[in-house]
Amino acid sequence: MSNHFDVVVIGSGPAGYVAAIRAAQLGLKTACIEKWKNTDGKGVNGGTCLNVGCIPSKALLDSSQKFHETAKDLSVHGISVDSVDIDISAMLERKNKIINQLTGGIAGLFKANGVTALYGTGKLLSGKKVELTDNEGSVSLIDAQNVILASGSLPISIPVAPVDNDLILDSTGALELEEVPKRLGIIGAGVIGLELGSVWARLGSEVILLEALDDFLAIMDKAIAKESKKIFSKQGLDIRLGARVTGTKINGREVEVTYKTSGGEELSQTFDKLIVCVGRRPYTDGLLAPGCGVDVDERGSVFVNEFCATNVPGVYAVGDLVRGPMLAHKGSEEGVMVAERIAGHKAQMNYDIVPNVIYTHPEVASVGLTEEQVKAGGEPYNVGVFPFSASGRAMAANDTDGLVKIIANADTDRILGCHIVGPSAADLTQQVAIAMEFGSSAEDLGMTVFGHPTLSEAVHEAALAVNGSAIHIANRKRRS
Amino acid sequence: MAIEIKAPTYPESVQEGTLATWHKQAGDQVSRDDLIVDIETDKVVLEVVAPASGTITEVLKVEGDIVLSNEVLARIEETSSVESVQPPAASAKIESDAEIGGVLVNPSAKKLADERDIDLALVKGTGKGGRITKEDVVNYAPPPVITAGAEENVQEAVEVMIQSGERVERRVAMTRMRSRISERLMSVTQSTAMLTTFNEVDMSTMMGLRKQYQDEFTKIHNGTRLGFMGMFVKAAVEALKRFPLVNASIDGTDIVYHGFQDIGVAVSTDRGLVVPVLRNAENMSIATVENAISDYAGKARDGKLTIDEMTGGTFTITNGGVYGSLLSTPILNPPQSAILGMHKIQQRPVAIEGQVVVRPMMNLALSYDHRLIDGKDAVRFLVAIKELVEDPAKILLEI
Repeated sequence: MSNHFDVVVIGSGPAGYVAAIRAAQLGLKTACIEKWKNTDGKGVNGGTCLNVGCIPSKALLDSSQKFHETAKDLSVHGISVDSVDIDISAMLERKNKIINQLTGGIAGLFKANGVTALYGTGKLLSGKKVELTDNEGSVSLIDAQNVILASGSLPISIPVAPVDNDLILDSTGALELEEVPKRLGIIGAGVIGLELGSVWARLGSEVILLEALDDFLAIMDKAIAKESKKIFSKQGLDIRLGARVTGTKINGREVEVTYKTSGGEELSQTFDKLIVCVGRRPYTDGLLAPGCGVDVDERGSVFVNEFCATNVPGVYAVGDLVRGPMLAHKGSEEGVMVAERIAGHKAQMNYDIVPNVIYTHPEVASVGLTEEQVKAGGEPYNVGVFPFSASGRAMAANDTDGLVKIIANADTDRILGCHIVGPSAADLTQQVAIAMEFGSSAEDLGMTVFGHPTLSEAVHEAALAVNGSAIHIANRKRRS
Repeated sequence: MAIEIKAPTYPESVQEGTLATWHKQAGDQVSRDDLIVDIETDKVVLEVVAPASGTITEVLKVEGDIVLSNEVLARIEETSSVESVQPPAASAKIESDAEIGGVLVNPSAKKLADERDIDLALVKGTGKGGRITKEDVVNYAPPPVITAGAEENVQEAVEVMIQSGERVERRVAMTRMRSRISERLMSVTQSTAMLTTFNEVDMSTMMGLRKQYQDEFTKIHNGTRLGFMGMFVKAAVEALKRFPLVNASIDGTDIVYHGFQDIGVAVSTDRGLVVPVLRNAENMSIATVENAISDYAGKARDGKLTIDEMTGGTFTITNGGVYGSLLSTPILNPPQSAILGMHKIQQRPVAIEGQVVVRPMMNLALSYDHRLIDGKDAVRFLVAIKELVEDPAKILLEI
């Protein structure tokens, strides 16, 4: 193996593998180092997202949703079902198959683009040298013109609930449960908690989520958070806010969790399984040799500027390792930006228009500013809302929970944010994200012809509602 | 081919105008609909645009000249091909992205620019790839059109800040609009026997109505808010029906009784007082009146009231109360015979059935032409308005 590369990427998650492929496309000699090993001990690409994150969770969400729909939602269509069973191991098998397909796919893309795939642990030394310790233990030194750090993140562990992956699980363990827990506790009612909670609740678990904050989905638009909580509670997810876990005790095959409410009460709850998903932290363990010159901030993120350059010329960092929302697509676009900048392009990333999605059912998605952020910024704004209960397509699909909310500047009509809870929220939000990229006004969306009957029409109507011209719902204010 | 640029046809009430500002000179290339010159009349500033694209060959008037209706002001030599900087927008597609001189324009931006008569070639695009967004059009500020009046007002304000000890005088010619206002008011004072009668009205019922029904009103009438003007106009219309003489006017030796109520509502603007007219107010609902007044106020502020909107009227309502006036004697709006003045609502102690209570009171003033209307009728008319405002049910029941 040659020891000199134009670009060495450490980490092959969505940020790393995309950066590597793009760099190779641009003619740069690229290597990508990955330390992840699958259960067979084989080095696999794809990082958290493909192996224990985005993809497996979506596979389980879809499988469980199908089960739930078949068991509970078909009678309204006139379909009667005697009994529905689920074979958990078959469900997990399907998930694993998808993971294998995708991780294999990345290996294939590396080969097709000429990226040298290396397996082992990469460590950045000074002078842009990378020390590689392969899976057999041998150490070699790689010379890099440019280094892209993309080692991702790890679940945060809390001392009051130490993960043993037997009764107390992290998100990775939660994707491997071999039977449906009767009583499932989840610490943290964020994105991951809600998704995992949804999976097992649909399959029959009694799910209780303990959230330390007093606000549900605190970073989301309040109106959407409120509507979402209503919907999830209706689905049977017991979401307890202001509940700070103070301790856990294992009693045989049960976990007893004690928590303190914001009112000061000490309560306890017993579960068969407990999932801890209170957030993730950047993964820098063993990544940076002392003296390599790269700074890490107080939260453990590698410090970078707006082009993801660290303070060491030629060393970049992307994805969950750096500031910003921990989203796969954000990491990927940063990877593209860095690869292009290394190749001399003036690439940059628009951090203002990054959609984020919660893959519950109904999905929750948002892009741009929340109403609270707009209000705090002081600019005058208008809001347009359209509920799916007024959408013909949603009614036909028997999927009418939720709404579309669009916020625009009151003077210029520029779309500032879009927040949706409802069917296909992720895809609908993407439409508005595209419009926002082109500086669209709410009126521009209103002037666009939308097919009928589609769920997208809810976006159209919400955009019209911003300026009081929605047709399929009474408008709140005077037409201008 | 040579084309004439002419002053527009003036409405009957306007005799002549003054050439205020040239925006183009002889030799300039212009495109169709480009702004060429401003003509100031008594009431509005008229904009004259190029009827075709071409080069200005002759300019026949200078700033300050009197301009008659349809008078030729300049000549254009038409160019056959569209050589101009701004190609006509979106000939093929109607609402998709128009390309203006190679720059893409978002659909809502083009729509707004069309509505506001903004030349997109002058707008800087800040969208992706230099696209012109609606925001860009909203924020576009055209070079200011300086009319004689506006410039003077600014200068006057500046002149006041003179160092003490200096006795300076500045002589400034009146704007056309100001001279006209001056003439008309002199003529009114000289040719009419104008007197004013007063009364006061207890606004508590009307305020109570407004408070009680505001939300429902706003909801049902698409956001239009219920103010007092709507109800006052309604009361005035009802009173005018009962006292047709107040709605009449003198023409020579004839009295002309108008079979309709066109109510003028006085609006104060930077250039002076203008009175847009609510035509056939007797047929308007309160919501319609409120909407119309709101529209007029906006247009008046933007200087966009048309001459037609300000012509005529059989009765006028003016409200000095918004500026704090407690009592005043409004001047007639000729050829009308009466004008109602509303004033500031003030909480005052009043005696009702032997008790002293505090009520929101408004003074009303009715100035009238005594040549036509006798004191008794004027007083009774004003009392009728008072009673209708104090007890709106009377409007409904026509009692």
